Formats: sequence, structure tokens, C-alpha cells
Amino acid sequence: MRSSRFTSCFLLFTFILAALWTIPVSAQGPAPTDDEVNKIAKQLYCPVCESTPLDVCPTEACRQWRELIREMLAQNKSEAEIKQYFVEHYGPQVLNEPPNRWASYLVPVVAFLLGAFMLFRGFRMWLKPSTTETGPAGATREAQPVQDPYVAKLEEELKKQQ
Amino acid sequence: MVANFGYGVLVISFLVALYSVFAAIYGDRRKIPAMVESARRAMLLTWPLLTLTAGILIYLLVNNHFEVQFVYEVTSRSMPTYLKVTAWWGGQAGSLLFWSWLMSAFASLVTLRKWDRDREFLPWVIVVACVTMAFFIGMNVFFENPFAQLYQNMDGVNAYTFQPADSIPFTPADGRGLNPLLRHPGMVIHPPMLYLGFVSFVIPYAFAMAALITGRTDDRWIRLTRRWTLWAWLFLSFGLVLGGRWAYDVLGWGGYWGWDPVEIAAFMPWLTGTAFLHSVMIQEKRGMLKHWNMLLIILTYDLVIFGTFLTRSGVLSSVHAFAQSAIGPLFFGFIGLTLITSVALIIYRWSSLKSETQMTSMLSREALFLLNNLLFMGILVVCFWGVIFPLISELFTGQKVTVGPPFYERATSPLFAALMLLMGIAPLSAWGHSTVKTLGRAMWKPIVAALVITAVIFVTYTQKVGALIGFFLIALVLLVTLYEYWRGAASRQRSQGENVFTAFWNLTGRNRRRYGGYIIHLSMMLMAIGILGIEIFQVETQGTLTQGQSLSVANYEIRYQEIAQWDDMPSGVNYRRAVLDVYENGEYLGQLAPRIDYYYDSQQNMTIPGQRSTMRDDLYVLLVDWEPATAAGATFKIYVNPLVNWLWLGSLLFLVGVVIAAWPEKDPERVAVREKTRITQPSAAD
Repeated sequence: MRSSRFTSCFLLFTFILAALWTIPVSAQGPAPTDDEVNKIAKQLYCPVCESTPLDVCPTEACRQWRELIREMLAQNKSEAEIKQYFVEHYGPQVLNEPPNRWASYLVPVVAFLLGAFMLFRGFRMWLKPSTTETGPAGATREAQPVQDPYVAKLEEELKKQQ
Repeated sequence: MVANFGYGVLVISFLVALYSVFAAIYGDRRKIPAMVESARRAMLLTWPLLTLTAGILIYLLVNNHFEVQFVYEVTSRSMPTYLKVTAWWGGQAGSLLFWSWLMSAFASLVTLRKWDRDREFLPWVIVVACVTMAFFIGMNVFFENPFAQLYQNMDGVNAYTFQPADSIPFTPADGRGLNPLLRHPGMVIHPPMLYLGFVSFVIPYAFAMAALITGRTDDRWIRLTRRWTLWAWLFLSFGLVLGGRWAYDVLGWGGYWGWDPVEIAAFMPWLTGTAFLHSVMIQEKRGMLKHWNMLLIILTYDLVIFGTFLTRSGVLSSVHAFAQSAIGPLFFGFIGLTLITSVALIIYRWSSLKSETQMTSMLSREALFLLNNLLFMGILVVCFWGVIFPLISELFTGQKVTVGPPFYERATSPLFAALMLLMGIAPLSAWGHSTVKTLGRAMWKPIVAALVITAVIFVTYTQKVGALIGFFLIALVLLVTLYEYWRGAASRQRSQGENVFTAFWNLTGRNRRRYGGYIIHLSMMLMAIGILGIEIFQVETQGTLTQGQSLSVANYEIRYQEIAQWDDMPSGVNYRRAVLDVYENGEYLGQLAPRIDYYYDSQQNMTIPGQRSTMRDDLYVLLVDWEPATAAGATFKIYVNPLVNWLWLGSLLFLVGVVIAAWPEKDPERVAVREKTRITQPSAAD
């Protein structure tokens, strides 16, 4: 487990170094600040460390990755272009959201709407017959507020005070 | 030798738990009370047996028996004794044993109660509790033996339960040491709290199953387990809060909740447990929703197992890791089996679980509670889907994806807002019947007051729409809850002539469940203030400073003064500690000292923030550990987290609320006798 993680880190590190080497460096305005780098890094995930956003990942590989973002910002690459670059090279799991966003939202939204529909259908069914209901012994009793004895006593007391 | 003895006791515990299951079933089916009693005693025996097992493991941990693989992996010579003890739950094998030990303690506590009126539940409560316990002990016995020892042979050094032929025992000079992140006091308490929550939810589930099996499907099982459920909920909630506090103090990203699958795994049973706590009230008051309550407690139980499965099976890193894991498929099978069996039992008892009364108004308290349940289920679906979506994607498309905070925040925010609105409305609606008119009459004053407060916040603090909606809802819930409290206390003052403090005290004491619940609502709103503050108003910056340089964020400025580095060899830690001067609007406030602690045994860093905490905000400064930190230059990351301390304050109030709600009411029969005596006494005097 540890050795596979080490290998992954090493490969990632090597790849980043190669990428840094191949990207032409040109002086274009002031160097991007840490905050500008982190704004993008926050939206990317380290592919090696589980559930760790890039802006706080302490591994050497991720440090190099942030430098890569800085380089790309210095070349006036947009946020979308930088993210696209990382997706192309490391796969969609580097994004903090699935690329086909609608698919990830569809199921919870449909499930919730279905639940809401069933609940309101249930309400309508319960409310339809009448406001009277039949007790276990078959006696019919008017629907009325049901309160625990303490609350009822409290309400009574309040009425008296008024 | 000692390790082998420990394993032997573990095996005996497993056999005793299995015996308890079969004896309980046999005793109940053949109507042999002696067998059921034997099953009960066997279940009671599991606790001392597992305590002995745990004692042996702790002995090995404390005395540096590195020939035991588990001890080697989670301790080192430099660790203090208390950390060696808590390393018990610092690794997979130990944490499974810890689960079983807690389960046996809770199961024993349950069996010690008086069973006179509920004798028929006993065998089935034993069966469910012991099946769960046997499953976890079995994991230790067959797959994750905490007593496995290291042996060297031609294949190298490996761990075995029994010494293989042609091998010699191997004892490393020192252990790897506990992961530094787990050495924080929060992490020492956080896992036991979560596990306590997990395990104690097994008890209401066991009673629910007993009710279904015996056909005694009235609300007796709910009344018997109400307090268990509350304590379970308290432990789970506190476990979550402690986990958040640990993340805030240790993980170094300036937040407390990252929507990490492990966090969500613990949050999901909390959601169903909270829905259950509300929903059972409808069954108790109105005899409704019996199917639903059964389903909720089944879901809670299986989500507890699912949470343990998620964190223990390796499924989160990859579906392939899950397939290779020895315990992953077993957990999966156990969840499937318990879910199918439980649902089949509900279907079998479907007709006897029918509601005794009907819903009479869509604005009644029970209708609003149902809406609350719908919202909790909505959040659950979001969480569940978010956790399994990457697995589904990898399984069906081969594409790995990440579901991070933006998904959860976008999907759950409206649901949480709707829940808060319900918390504002529901306390003012009546059981049985409420109309728009009655509810409107009760609500208009708090709504107007909440709007006024929101307007003041708009003028003085923020114009962000999301924040304003949040503050309005918080104000509404706070006002409604305080109004309810005030109404009750004022009535007592008038009728009983009590002063305001006595009136509040007696009001709470006379109806602990209701007013404990209100305190919980208040605490949730304090927490919501903290969450709103950090989620919407957090600002951060990062920069590299040389000595004397400064960095500004919000109204704060920090100036880098010095850095010191030293070794603490007895602890095996190297410390780097920076000293910063802090100014607010140019005024000197004091110094902060963020640190990087490097642990030699595990070769890992831990970043300790320098914090300045007030109820207004937290100034949180980290010494970034991936950049050089020397006198010539060091990189600092600064967060300003407004209002975050309301979150921790709210969690303390939450604790008070749950303790009040769960505190035993006076025995009604004894109270009645006392009242009767009081009434008859004057006449006797006459």
C-alpha cells in the first residue's frame, strides 16, 4: 500500500517535472500570487491523497502542481484552460465535481421530488375522507388538537390569565 | 504467549456470542425459559471476556510488544502511555475490537434491566445484539486479528496468527508509531464517541426487530428505547462535533467539515436517527407512522454498519480495493442480509402496523414532522448518492470522479434552510389540527421581529442574500423557541408565584422532553450562526514573509518576528515554531505561534495553527509545511473565520439539551402515589 503510493507520487512528480520543462516560460507581467494560485488549486484534488484539495495538500508532488498552475497563470492561461489541462493529463477525478454535473444532481433531485410527491399524495389520501375519524373501538370522534396533559394545563392557565 | 492467550479469549468470546444467539432462538421456539436465561447470561459473559481481551491488547500496546503486528503499526517507544492506550482504536483490528467491546457493554446493560413486562422481547433483543456482536468479533477472529505476530521465513517478515513452519519470531526494535494526526486530544475522544453512537443505535433496532418478530407492534418498543435513542444520538452528534473540532485544529485547512466520505459515513446515521427521534413522537402521540418508524430505525442500523464498512473496507479509495479487501464483501453481505430480513419482517407484520388515527391537517404538528422527515431523507439521499457516485462511475464507465464540497453544499443548502423554517413553525402548531389562521396568529409576531433583526443585519453587517436568508431563519427559530419558553415560564410565574429562574427551572423539569428539545433547537441555531459565518464570510490569504515583513487580511495584519527549531528527543518530535505579531486596524493585539511538528517515528508533519479566538471571529494562522520555514523566509496561510466559535458554543448547549431531554422522568406511578398521599394528608389531620 505504502510502496504503491510512493510509486504513484514518484510518477506524478516526474510527470509534473516533465510538464514544467516542456511549457515555454515567458515573462508576462507580475508573477501570480499564492492567492491566485490557491483559488484554482482549491478546485482541484490531489489524485494520490484521498479527499485532499490541492491548495492544502502537503506532498511534494502537489507543491509542484501548484507551481505548474503558477506558470500557466503567468502565461495568461484562463482558469478554465488550466482546469482542462489537468483533466486531460490526470483524468476527471482531479476536479472537485464530476464533469457531467447534471448526472450527479439528477438522482437526488428525482428521489426528493418522488418522496415529496408520495408524501403529498399520502396527505391528500389522509385528509380526503373527512375531519372525523374512527377510533379503535369503532366510536367516531371529532378531530381535535391533541396535546399532552401538561401543555393542555398550561394553555388553560394562559386562557385564565387573559 | 500473552498474545496467543488474548486471541484465545477472543475466540471464546466469539463462541459465547454465537451460543447466545442459538440458545435464545431455541429457548423462545421451544418455550424453555431456562435456555433464554442461559442466552442472557452468555450475553452478559461476553463483556468480561472482551474486557479481558482488550486488557491484554492494552498490556501489549503499553509494554512495547512489537512482535505483535498491531502494536508495531500503531505505537512506538517514544509515545506517552495514554496515547499507547488510545492506539487501541488507532488501527483497523483494534477499532473492530473496540466496536465489539462497546457493543457487549451496551448489550449487557440492556439485559440487566427489569424484563417483567417485556419478557417476550428478551430473546430477540439478545439475538439481534449478539448477531451484530458475533459479526464484529468474527471479523477480528478470522480476518483482522489484533494479536497476529510477526514471523520471519523465506518470504520475509509477515504476520500470522499461528507460527508457520520454518519460521522464527521477529521483534522489531521500535514501532512505526501512531499517525501524528491521531495524537490530538480531539482524536482520542472522537472515535469512542462516534462508536458509542453507532453501537447504542443497535439497541433500539434490536427492540424494533423483537417487536416485529413477536408481533407486539404497539409503541412499547419505542417507549422502552426512547432514552437509548437519545443517548445514541447525543454520542453520535458529539462524535461528529469532536471530529469537526479535530479537523479544525489539526488538518490545517481552516475548516471543520470537508464533506469527506468518512465524515459523511458518520453523518448519514445521524440524519436518519434525527428523523426517527421526531417521527416516533407521532407514533407515541397519535399512533401513526408505525411502518415508517420501523423503516427509519432499520435504515439507521444499516447506515451504522455501512459507515463502518465505508471506512474499513477500502471501498472509498477504489472499487478494486474493495474487491481485494477481505472484510469488504462480508460487510456488504451483512448489510444486505440484515436489510432484507428487516424489511421482510415489516412486510410480514404490515397489517398490524397500520395507523390508529388519521392525519387531519396539513399544518398539524405531525404533518410538519413528516415534512421534516422528508427533508432529512432528502439530505440523506444527497449524501448517499455523493458517496457512491464515484464508485458507480468507476464501476460502469471506468471513469474515476470526485464528488467534493460544491455538490453537497449546493444540494443540501435549500434542504437545511427548509428544515430551519420548519423548526420555526412546528413548535407553534398543535397536534391533530392547525389552520393557516391559528398558525398565522401565533407566528406573525416572531416573523416581524425576525424581519427587523434581518434588516438591522442588512444595514450593519452584510448585504449577501444567502447570509440574510440564513440570519432571518436563525432569528425566527430563536425567537419562536424563546417565546415558547417565555410563555410557559410566565404562566408559572403568575399561577405559582415563582420567580423567573424558578419558573424556568420547574418548567423544564416538569416536561424535560419538550424543553430539552427546545434547548437542542436553540443550540442548533447557535451552531448555524457559526456555520453561516465560516461558509459565507471566511477570507484567507497566503504569502511568504521574511523577518519583519507583514501580511494583511480583513482587518488583521500579521508581522513575522522569528522562528525557532528544536528536537524533543524523548517524544521523538522536531518542532518549528514561528512567532508573529498580530495587529487589528493598526492596534497591537498580541502574538501567535503557529508550529510544524515533525514526528520522527512516522516521518510525518503535523501543522498546529496559531489561533486568536473571539465570539466575533477566529484568526487562524498556519505555518505552511511544504515550503521552507527559516529566518530568511517562511510561508504563512491566514484564515479569518467569522462567528465560528458559535458553533462550538452551540455544541455545548446541545449537550445540555440532550441530557435534559434524556434525563429520566419521575416514575408516574410513584408521583401519583405521592400526589394521593398529599391530598389525603390534610383530611387525616382534620
